[in-house]
Amino acid sequence: MRLEVRHRTLYRFDPAMRAVVQSLRLTPSLFDGQQTIDWAVKVEGAERGAAFRDGAGDWVETTSILGPVSEIAVEVEGVVETVDLTGVLKGHRERVPPLAYLAPTRATRPDAALIELARGAVAEVAETEALERAHALTYAVRDAIAYTPGETEHATTAAEALALGHGVCQDHAHAMIAAAHVLGIPARYVTGYLHAGGEASEASHAWAELYVDDLGWVGFDASNGVCPDEHYIRLGSGVDAVDAAPIRGVAKGQGAEALDVEVSVTQAQQ
Amino acid sequence: MLSRTADNLYWIARSMERAETVARLLEVGSRNALIPSLSGGYRNEWDAILQASGTQAGFAAKYGDPVPRNIESYLFFDLDNPSSVASSITRARENARIVRTALTSAVWDALNSAYQDLLRMRRTERSKLPMSDLIDWTMRQSMMVRGAIEDTQLRIDGYDFLNIGYHLERADSTARLMDVKYFVLLPQVDYVGSGLDNYQWRTILRAMSAHRAFSWAYGGEITPAKIADFLILNRKAPRSLITSVEGASAHLDRLARGYGRSTNAQSKARALVGELAEASVEDIFDEGLHEFLSRFIAEIAGLGGVIHSSYLSGDAR
Amino acid sequence: MDGDEPSYFNEMFDGDGVRAPYSGLDGWANDMPPELRNLKQSEAEALFRRIGITFAVYGEGGDPDRLIPFDMFPRVFSSGEWRKLEAGIRQRARALNAFLMDVYGRGEIVKAGRIPAHLVYRNEAFEKAVVGFKPPRGVYSHIVGIDLVRTGPDEFFVLEDNCRTPSGVSYMLENREIMMRMFPGLFQENRIAPVENYPALLRRTLASVAPEKCEGEPRVAILTPGHFNSAYYEHSFLADMMGVELVEGQDLFVEGDYVWCRTTEGPKRVDVIYRRIDDAFIDPLCFRPDSMLGVPGLMNVYRSGGVTIASAPGAGVADDKAIYTFVPDMIRFYLGESPILNNVPTWQCAKPDECAYVLDNLAELVVKEVHGSGGYGMLVGPKSSTEQIAAFAEKIKEDPANYIAQPTLALSTCPSFVEEGVAPRHVDLRPYCLVGERIELVPGGLTRVALREGSLVVNSSQGGGVKDTWVMAE
Repeated sequence: MRLEVRHRTLYRFDPAMRAVVQSLRLTPSLFDGQQTIDWAVKVEGAERGAAFRDGAGDWVETTSILGPVSEIAVEVEGVVETVDLTGVLKGHRERVPPLAYLAPTRATRPDAALIELARGAVAEVAETEALERAHALTYAVRDAIAYTPGETEHATTAAEALALGHGVCQDHAHAMIAAAHVLGIPARYVTGYLHAGGEASEASHAWAELYVDDLGWVGFDASNGVCPDEHYIRLGSGVDAVDAAPIRGVAKGQGAEALDVEVSVTQAQQ
Repeated sequence: MLSRTADNLYWIARSMERAETVARLLEVGSRNALIPSLSGGYRNEWDAILQASGTQAGFAAKYGDPVPRNIESYLFFDLDNPSSVASSITRARENARIVRTALTSAVWDALNSAYQDLLRMRRTERSKLPMSDLIDWTMRQSMMVRGAIEDTQLRIDGYDFLNIGYHLERADSTARLMDVKYFVLLPQVDYVGSGLDNYQWRTILRAMSAHRAFSWAYGGEITPAKIADFLILNRKAPRSLITSVEGASAHLDRLARGYGRSTNAQSKARALVGELAEASVEDIFDEGLHEFLSRFIAEIAGLGGVIHSSYLSGDAR
Repeated sequence: MDGDEPSYFNEMFDGDGVRAPYSGLDGWANDMPPELRNLKQSEAEALFRRIGITFAVYGEGGDPDRLIPFDMFPRVFSSGEWRKLEAGIRQRARALNAFLMDVYGRGEIVKAGRIPAHLVYRNEAFEKAVVGFKPPRGVYSHIVGIDLVRTGPDEFFVLEDNCRTPSGVSYMLENREIMMRMFPGLFQENRIAPVENYPALLRRTLASVAPEKCEGEPRVAILTPGHFNSAYYEHSFLADMMGVELVEGQDLFVEGDYVWCRTTEGPKRVDVIYRRIDDAFIDPLCFRPDSMLGVPGLMNVYRSGGVTIASAPGAGVADDKAIYTFVPDMIRFYLGESPILNNVPTWQCAKPDECAYVLDNLAELVVKEVHGSGGYGMLVGPKSSTEQIAAFAEKIKEDPANYIAQPTLALSTCPSFVEEGVAPRHVDLRPYCLVGERIELVPGGLTRVALREGSLVVNSSQGGGVKDTWVMAE
């Protein structure tokens, strides 16, 4: 499927900041499930540089703007050809050993309820059925945390979202990671875009990847109860939402930050 | 040089100069309290002194009525008062510790021993520390630091930043001190030759340790115009506004030569010097002494701001 | 060891005789009249205070300008003893760096089954952010501090490795400086190898690992957490001696492909950063987002080859106490050599059978936290009460993986000045090995001494002091 992405993130600072530095992870991953036809990241007025591919296979680049900065617009536009690999991250070059994805962070630390959720989900699945166990976790998380925008915020942890019973894709992914860790399965947070058809509300998306022996990394989207298919574009990964964030920035100054994001993912005309 | 290093050097100088200014104010206060007033009782200059040191509000919040003993303690020892002698010396020594390697050991020794003395004094019973000793001590420390800088620091950019700090602080404190008393310098106030004593004028000169210098420079009757001329426009007076601004400007020019490039700071300082060099006492009284001083204080703060953004903040490109 | 007091190797007195390296000091202390000694001691203290070399123990109250006690009695090695130590230290520094290159690269040692994968990759100090990156000259740990103890004429043990930012080298340099000033005669009568070229060697080492992109003389800076840090003196001392800028995070910024320093003449590019800040704090865009000490974007510039960070982020995975056990294996694996220096036998409480042994023998063992440092959170069995041992046993049972245990070593002693005169006190040694284009180390290192009678803990936070360390020139 040929997907066209328009993604504009506008930061406003009041009062203006002395300087802003951002680390961007906004370029589609290189693997057999997607092929970049055309892609451009624009940041007006910014000095670009310090770009590299990291050990997890993500393309990272750096922008800096000297103040006074009252506004930054990060604009992404591009076209990606996708195919359905049923979530398997085939052909992705990376060097970080899966074992490095077992440590909990503040967002993914399991509490008693998450431990119970994870163990309960796989109670009926044989330990040898790694893929089945991962699917079982996906359904358990989907059922335990209802998709409800506005109930959680950026700093909400997996444990908090589970206690609340509501959340968004970030909370689902965190809960998936926490639950996988309980079972000793390496897991990580993945960001990207989703072509949802009609509504563009969830066009910016996040899901989890679990390391399944024999298959390698496999994506699981608990929000939709599926594995990523040709409607998904993968950007990058990390141990949690902060680590994987497509835009990570630090502004120098006392200004208050306001954020405005517009994303659309549509099927491109051939 | 690192911008932060320059910033610390600049503030070492400003803090030490501020400590000295406050000590001088304390001297004036103590002295005036010994002089009988015409209306009976003794003179009370403490209010004015708090005002001149910019600490009136802080003092009122902490103590209420200006009782001399509390004022002395507030202006000398109190670390809650950012302008106290103790705060200024502590801050200067801390700035020095941060940039220890940019200072000669003579300068560091002078700052560090002042600080160590201060710690000892803070542990000593107040009754064993006469104010006159504390004032003398402060002046001595300030001069030792200044002397060590003059005698031992390399004449590189750091030396200029120290001196710019000294001169700006001096310009600011002279202007503030005059502003607190500006009304007694106004010619229309009918003091002159009225038989009232002119202790107020002498107070101002004394606060700048300038009463004898003034007599040498002008002689004869003390008049407001002479005082204003001496403290604002006379290049012989070491703390006059023009001397201070010229000093700052000279060191900014040295910087520009050393770096091979100028900034707004140089032009702004030169403009200020130019204005003072052209001015006469009559012009100043025409503008209004208070108005002139307020404007000057704002100009000095503005120059400080430009120096900050051109050199000290590290944001300049 | 028998009786109430175990016998310890005395580095100066061998039975009735004086061991050769110390012959120049025979009689020196005893001939010194007590008044002179006191005078010298206060002179030394005044010198230390004057130059501002004080040790503020982080988080402890009291005088922030406290002096670290300086013991004037030197500790001495013969050139022969040093040659062997030096060879062992170089070997270890090479192996540790080979290990780091390997685990952030292909992980051959893990694939070969010589070190369990989880000890490396699940280690807190393993940084996935630097996986696949080859730092200039393949060096991760540019300053390796190796803590050694001695138990006999030829017996040395490595207590631990410090691959991140080992501190204390300023004491090594200042101790020598002060001894030379106070006792010039000793240095005329004895041929003592100098240490004063350490700052120059450090600068050369750092310059030698500048990024390939760097043109001309590399600009080196020391990155300090700031003047409130307990080691600030050392940071500023080293910067001064090396003639490089001492910077805080706020003095640096990232623009384009490089890191720049904020100066009064505008931005200046920085090529090599000797950082004295932990990994977690060096870049809020990569590690802890709340860090105010670091430089946003620094890791991106590092990863794209615009700046060198020494020691490299992630170097800590080599000096972890759980990895320590495997250093002799690394030496065999990477260098094909047999280890010159021995490890102390170590029991991992993470392994149930070893943990059981440890719990049964706590009274004889030293137990340490895997990630602990500074002598905190440790138990010295023979010096602890029954209650203390019982309490510690509970802590081990709660989190066994957090502890390792070692036999209580009979640390050698060196004569030291104490209240009553001269008496033996336990010592250790930290040499500093520099790794860049070449491997360099100055003869000696920092000797720490447990000044409390009978104490085996040499940490300055626990009543330890320092001594000048001599290596006799050949």
